[in-house]
Amino acid sequence: MISRRHFVQAAMATSALYGASGFGNWARLAAQQVLSQEDLIGSSDFGNVTLVHITDIHAQTQPIYFREPEFNIGVGAAEGQPPHIVGEAFRAAYGIEQGSAMDYALTYNDFTSLARSYGKMGGLDRIATVVNAIRGDRPDAIVLDGGDTWQGSLPSLRTRGQDMVDLFNALGVDAMTSHWEFTLGSDRVREIVEGPLNPAFLGANIFDVDWDEPVFDDYRMFERGGTSIAVIGQAFPYMPIANPSWMFPELSFGLRRERLVEVVEEVRAAGAEVVVLLSHNGFDVDRQFARDIPGLDVILTGHTHDALPEPVQVGNTFLIASGSHGKFVSRVDLDVRDGGLQGINHRLIPIFSDVITPDPTMAGLIAETRAPFEAEMSEVIGQSSSLLFRRGNFNGTWDDVICNALISQRDAQIALSPGFRWGAAVLPGQDITREDIFNVTAMTYPNAYRTEMTGETLKLIFEDVAENIFNPDPYYQQGGDMVRIGGMGYRIDIGQPMGSRITDMTLLETGEPVEADQTYVVAGWASVNEGTEGPPIWEVVENHIREQGTVEIQPNNSVDVVGG
Amino acid sequence: MSMTRRTFTAASVAAAAAFFALPKTATAQEVQAAMDAFTGGAELGSDGITLIAPEIAENGNTVPIEVDAPGAEAIMVFAAGNPLPEVVTFNFGPAAGSQHATTRVRLAGEQEVIAIARKADGTFVSARQNVRVTIGGCGG
Repeated sequence: MISRRHFVQAAMATSALYGASGFGNWARLAAQQVLSQEDLIGSSDFGNVTLVHITDIHAQTQPIYFREPEFNIGVGAAEGQPPHIVGEAFRAAYGIEQGSAMDYALTYNDFTSLARSYGKMGGLDRIATVVNAIRGDRPDAIVLDGGDTWQGSLPSLRTRGQDMVDLFNALGVDAMTSHWEFTLGSDRVREIVEGPLNPAFLGANIFDVDWDEPVFDDYRMFERGGTSIAVIGQAFPYMPIANPSWMFPELSFGLRRERLVEVVEEVRAAGAEVVVLLSHNGFDVDRQFARDIPGLDVILTGHTHDALPEPVQVGNTFLIASGSHGKFVSRVDLDVRDGGLQGINHRLIPIFSDVITPDPTMAGLIAETRAPFEAEMSEVIGQSSSLLFRRGNFNGTWDDVICNALISQRDAQIALSPGFRWGAAVLPGQDITREDIFNVTAMTYPNAYRTEMTGETLKLIFEDVAENIFNPDPYYQQGGDMVRIGGMGYRIDIGQPMGSRITDMTLLETGEPVEADQTYVVAGWASVNEGTEGPPIWEVVENHIREQGTVEIQPNNSVDVVGG
Repeated sequence: MSMTRRTFTAASVAAAAAFFALPKTATAQEVQAAMDAFTGGAELGSDGITLIAPEIAENGNTVPIEVDAPGAEAIMVFAAGNPLPEVVTFNFGPAAGSQHATTRVRLAGEQEVIAIARKADGTFVSARQNVRVTIGGCGG
């Protein structure tokens, strides 16, 4: 019998024979200036079932710039393992040539100049072209959305997710799971699910608080290619902790491993020959699920925004990571015979917006959703002379802008900005439009508070957030990045236990140590507490950028990382 | 978990005190004494008992827990980092169809929840789960 691993290699060799993929090819094609739509999308007749995975698009219907992380530290068993490799190590692991198209798409190095060469990525009209091309090979491909779809842009905020619901309906998505969707409020989510939503809304771990019963469908069965495929949904487990629970007070989430074991048994008993987990757990949690939960063939991962060119295999489970913001679509071909999965072929399709032709129908629908807001979004607020980006464990220059805005506009000593992983980048020399500001701030609890905190409280916050990110047990990780700070520096030792990671807290304006019993004026946004007061963060940032004219961000050395 | 009982209790006491400024939580000796009062100091096995509690509590004031110990006469639940570690004792009569119970517990900060079951033959088995109570707010 051929092992699973052998099958993956065989599958990859096959696609190389057909000239479909092979990672070195991208670089050569790019060097020859012949990167074509056909090369990117490829073609395959492998197996008898095809999955298409899109996740964490964060309402980005337009092509954008998005820089992958410079810091993505893995702890415990995940140390040095994908997806916790960046830059040179990432290129080496996947045979990607420096400066190639895939280098630009998947790493942070030399981002600005590569962005100018290769252009923006994503765009839902380009994604529609790719999905349609895959349907050309496999008309009954199952299109799956990992969630974080209805939040992240001005139009999605103003329409309370309606634009994305309509567009993903038009894309022909079959099933989805969720996270930020619930920050629209659970009433709105129910209204959409019971109303216009076409995809099955899956979440085996979403329970009613009072009755301790599942609220939404656990799974959907698909009959394709002569077999039965179960797609089980797993919503973001730490919803009421990481986001405001008062917006969905009647719902409980959690990992609910024992529940998932039951659902897997249920779908197997119902005849599923392949079980797919459509997950918003985050990669490390999903990797542990693969070890702990028997019977999962494929996990389509989400939440942590990782993009990996190859599946990660754990036992007999294959984990797929399809990136974020519409930069990638994963095509997963499954060979299902004799009652089970016999082989898998995977292709991470990068959506180079200048190479892939927009689908005209989808482009028209997108234009309709944007039309009411076009004038408002396109207004130029200022310019940037620096690369503004967000993703990374500790700093992002967009958050430096936001923290500077909070300090200057709210007259604070210290500013806090949450460690979100969503938000598009702005290149040096680009105008900053109102749309750009909303792309890093658009959400439903935006109030910029101003309060007083003691040094002890600040340390507690940083220790607590660090424990949520760097806990060696993935089941205790929530998947954001470290809270961003302005006006204060600190040293963090990743490997220490909670309470001992954060030291040398320093108030930057004076260079004095932050004292535990002293009180500081702190401004921030995105508090999970109900009734938080203050102007919306986009107003604060807009006023700051108007005053600045041109935003310039110096390299931020205020966080000293040890043990990364 | 490789931490000893003594160090883990000390750590959770420190965490709880820092979060909530509690005047006092149970000491390691008090937790051990409470457990000994139930077990008589007997050795604890680990087979035949399941404790389900969240890894991270959604609300520390009402944390759902579930215990299952087939064939148990009684199951006692302890919260090692609470001011009073004894949470609840479930007694099962001979006519009980299953030895399974669920309840909600208030937890004063991150700590270990411990369930101990007394089997019909007088032996004891235990299971434990660390539950983190976090101030949260940054996932995304």
